[in-house]
Amino acid sequence: MTKSQSAVKLKLTRKIKTMNKKVIATTSLAGCFGCHMSILDIDERILDLIELVEFNKSPIDDIKKFTKQVDIGIIEGGCCNSENVEVLKYFRENCNILISLGECAIMGGLPALRNGIPIEECLKEAYLDGPTVGLNKEKILPNDDELPMLLDNVFPCHEVVKIDYFLPGCPPHADLIWNALVALITGNEMDLPYEVVKFD
Amino acid sequence: MNTTIKFNIDGKIISAEKGQTIVEAAKANGIYIPTLCNFEGLLPKGCCRMCTIKINNRYMTACTTPVADGMEIESNTDEINDIRKGIIELLFVTGNHFCPACEKSGNCELQALAYRYQMMVPRFPFTFPQKGIDASSPKIVKEQNRCIMCKRCIKAIKDEDGKSYFAFNKRGNKLEVILDSKLGKEITDALAKEAMDTCPVGSIIYKELGYAEPIGKRKYDKKPIGSEIEVNEKN
Repeated sequence: MTKSQSAVKLKLTRKIKTMNKKVIATTSLAGCFGCHMSILDIDERILDLIELVEFNKSPIDDIKKFTKQVDIGIIEGGCCNSENVEVLKYFRENCNILISLGECAIMGGLPALRNGIPIEECLKEAYLDGPTVGLNKEKILPNDDELPMLLDNVFPCHEVVKIDYFLPGCPPHADLIWNALVALITGNEMDLPYEVVKFD
Repeated sequence: MNTTIKFNIDGKIISAEKGQTIVEAAKANGIYIPTLCNFEGLLPKGCCRMCTIKINNRYMTACTTPVADGMEIESNTDEINDIRKGIIELLFVTGNHFCPACEKSGNCELQALAYRYQMMVPRFPFTFPQKGIDASSPKIVKEQNRCIMCKRCIKAIKDEDGKSYFAFNKRGNKLEVILDSKLGKEITDALAKEAMDTCPVGSIIYKELGYAEPIGKRKYDKKPIGSEIEVNEKN
């Protein structure tokens, strides 16, 4: 086999591998990126994961737009502004399966502590009246057109679009994420030991 | 007169003493029936419905019903377990249960039941009700966002004259359990701690001692609620 032939073969094997690979996309809406850190917490199993999946739109590889239809979309964080809703709908359109990952995606989480407090009061406390806003001498509320509009409440993702699976935790246990992904990719039932389903 | 009563739970024959409730009899025989408003040493109330069982095909509460001869009880079935899970989910959406920010997380009975029944997400929409916090007592914080109205604190925490430190206030969907402002100011350290332990959720918090136990060493971190009862069965 010549050098160029072997190069072609290598390319082909790679292509076949990528063809069979499941495609994953992730995003962080109104979250703290803790759930993404927990994905990385699968430690050396990340090497196995790379054999099984490829990443599309995700902060992990910094792909900004979907380049193809994706098998599994993982959502961290709930919806607190108009951009979150747009991104979430964009994910729903482009992902076959959507997973709510973590307390914020499932129930709003800590950002939802503001639910029930009028938005005006929140902004006033954060930018005008709070004890640490001394630098805002001109008393300006954020008003740039580029900024997304805040929603009246923080919404769980499944109250905005259809979500297929829920993985609770703050952050979710790395084993929970791993078990769920393995189950989805292999088509087997998910392994759910008591220790991995926790809300904190 | 023979006071031993025989009946069966999920096909298992059980003998119990006359006067025992079904929850007590099941516990003595290594069968766990989940409870929330029930507390050992207090009269059962049957308000949370967690202990719902089917006796001779009728729904009853196991904490208030005394045992009787020949009862056919269904407890650990798909149907009953789904009812219980539904009750847990309702409690989660009708309050503001932010587990990651709660001092009681890991020691909370509501949370432990959600773990046991593997609640991944409530099937009902979240309501995010507006509720307050009363931190006027020097020893106790009363967090209304987490209260599930089980009445355990009202019945258990009393002064030497038998006066309750806690009481119901308002009605209907505005109902809340409040700490008596006068008694709350004088509450002893020991009683404040007891109040926190009596509360199944994180609604009564003992001040200046948050997150005392690290994750992994709390009550329900490793073993599900009720497993201590089920362990007895194997012995």
